[in-house]
Formats: sequence, structure tokens, C-alpha cells
Amino acid sequence: MDQKTSIYETIELCLLAGKIMLQSGAETYRVEDTMVRIATAFGLTESHSYVTPTALIFSTSGEQPAKLIRIEERTTDLHKIAEVNSISRRIALGELSAPEAKALLLKAGAASFNYKLPVQILAAALTSACFLIMFGGIWYDFAAAFIAGGAGFAASVYLHRIVQVKFFAEFSAALLVGLLGLLFVWAGLGREFDRIAVGSVMPLVPGLLITNAIRDLMAGHLVSGISKGADACLTAFAIGAGIAVAIIFFH
Amino acid sequence: MWAHFLTSFFAASSFVILFNAPKKSLLQCGLVGMLGWVLYVAVRGEIGEAPATLAASLLVGILCQLFAKIYRTPVIIFSVAGVIPLVPGGMAYNAMRRFVENQYDQALQIGAQTLMIAGAIAAGLVLSEVLNQMMRPKKI
Repeated sequence: MDQKTSIYETIELCLLAGKIMLQSGAETYRVEDTMVRIATAFGLTESHSYVTPTALIFSTSGEQPAKLIRIEERTTDLHKIAEVNSISRRIALGELSAPEAKALLLKAGAASFNYKLPVQILAAALTSACFLIMFGGIWYDFAAAFIAGGAGFAASVYLHRIVQVKFFAEFSAALLVGLLGLLFVWAGLGREFDRIAVGSVMPLVPGLLITNAIRDLMAGHLVSGISKGADACLTAFAIGAGIAVAIIFFH
Repeated sequence: MWAHFLTSFFAASSFVILFNAPKKSLLQCGLVGMLGWVLYVAVRGEIGEAPATLAASLLVGILCQLFAKIYRTPVIIFSVAGVIPLVPGGMAYNAMRRFVENQYDQALQIGAQTLMIAGAIAAGLVLSEVLNQMMRPKKI
């Protein structure tokens, strides 16, 4: 580094990178790694980061106080993870100065989704229908799962915008999937309700979250692992309850 | 069998759209997902669900490391796509649904199986990372 970067600026930079990664659903170790790597590149050799799914703490030895950032919302955004990853690599190689890196990170953090909502809904619908076949369903039910899965995903996105409670959005979306599935079976457009339901809820279920929770536990990030597991259980419960309510009341 | 090839390819590559994967890696994502799933389907009858998942996620992990090197993309993009067909999301949903329907014995059974499978996937991915680190030529 040619110019000396102040410790304060470096800490801000580390926190910004960590925040974007955590909000995009990066693994805990990757977030900690990135922050320490940036800090080392700017000459802070001794730094500690502590990352949980809901908050991020970063401190350096010295006079600067430890800083904390609260993470309210988490999604999975692979594009942002890849961006921040490459920026942090360039920082480590000494290619970027602190102001440049900050500008790039801010740009990466503000970037919008690559795909428009209709494309996402179509993708969710296709996923649902494909999973139906993979789980041993019959091609006759393909269209039913396609429509129910797409509608369920669209409902969960829309409900999440108007109510901030995740549980409610997931529960209602699963309820809609269940009702549509029952309707299709009743109308003769589908045959096996159970398979249609499990295929159609696939875009909503927290399979990846459970796997990441166990990966965190294995890596020794106990707090992150447990809280991600709890999050996953709650989501699975919301979806299971949504489908069950549809069956109990309308079958 | 061809149905499995086809559907797992489209399931993996369309699922990563929901995770905002870069457009240029969608094809590779689908390919990794497909190969993992096909291996899983091929061997699960012989060795059981959890070991089959372990084998499939190990294959996915190795393919991801390879693709990450070839296409200069972070491993996570391919590994997420690769494990999507394998992750026990549907199973977790089934377990919770049994709980709500008061079938507690079945719910616990499926729940335990879910944990086993999630553990197998995590172990497979970690194992592939370890293998990758061992194969990497040491810098002197």
C-alpha cells in the first residue's frame, strides 16, 4: 500500500465486506476469512471477527473499540458472494486502495437481482415440477406441480413484502400450495397429492439451510450452526403446518 | 433413468436462479446437480440413503473444485447447485407435517433421517475440500 490507510477506515471496510457476505448467505468461515484477509492486507495483523447469522463483531487489538453490525435480513445471493470474494482477493494482492475498494463494495452491495421476478417464478415452477419426477412422481402430475409450485413461490415473495413475519409468509404460501394441490386432484388434473405437494414446496423448504447448519457445526461455529438449525426447523414447521392445515380442513 | 438425467439437470439449474447465480454458470450448475443426483439414484438401492448421499456429495464436491478452477468462479456457486437435488428439504417438510398431524413416531424417524442425510452432505463437501487441499502442490 502506498498511502497509509487509517485503522478506522480498514475496520469500516472489513465490516462492509462482512455485512454484504453475511446478508447474501455466505458460510460463516468464509465471512470471517474475508474480513481477516482484508484487515491483514491493510496492515492490521491482529484482528478478531465473530460472526453469527444475526450479528457481526469485529475488533482489532489497539485503541479502536470493537464494532458490531446487526444483520436483519438474510437471503441467498451467490452473485454478491462471488463479487465480494473477488474484491477481497484483489485487496489481498494489493491491487486496490481503501477508497477504491469501498466504492466497489458499495456498488456490489447495492446491486439488484440478476433475474426479474417473472423469471424467478418460472424457475421455481420448473424446479417444483422436476422435483416431482425426481421423487418418483408421474408425468401426468407435471403440470399440477408446475402451477402449484410457481404460485406458492410467488405467494411467499409477495406476502414477505407486505408482512415482515417470515413464518406467516411461508405458512400461507404452503397453505396455498396445499389448496391448489387438493383442487387439482379433485378436478382430476392431478393424481398423487402427496407427491405434488412435496414437489411444489421444494422452492420454499430449507434444505440448504439445514446442510449449512451442519457444516457450520462441523467447522466449530457452534452458535451459527445452532441458530441456523433453529431457523431451518421453524421454516420446515411453517411449511409442514401449511400443507397439513390444507389437508385437515379441506380434504 | 433418462427422466432423472433430464429433471435433475433442470431442477438444479433453475433452482440456482432463485439464488441469483451468475448467468454464465447456469449450465455448469445444472451439470453438477445432475451428476450428483444420478450417482445417488444409481447406488441408493444397494448401499442405503445416507451412504449414497455421502458418495454423491463427495462427487459433487470434487466436481465443484474442478469447475471452480476451470471457470475461475468461487466453489460455493457450484456446490450449492450440486447439493440442491440431494438436500433433505422435502424430508424436513415431511417430518414437520407428521408432527402437525400427530404422528409423532413417524415424525421423529423422518427427522432423524433428515439429520443423517444433511450430515452426509456436509461430510461429503468437507471431505472434498480436504482432498483438494492435500492434492494442491505445496509452495516452497
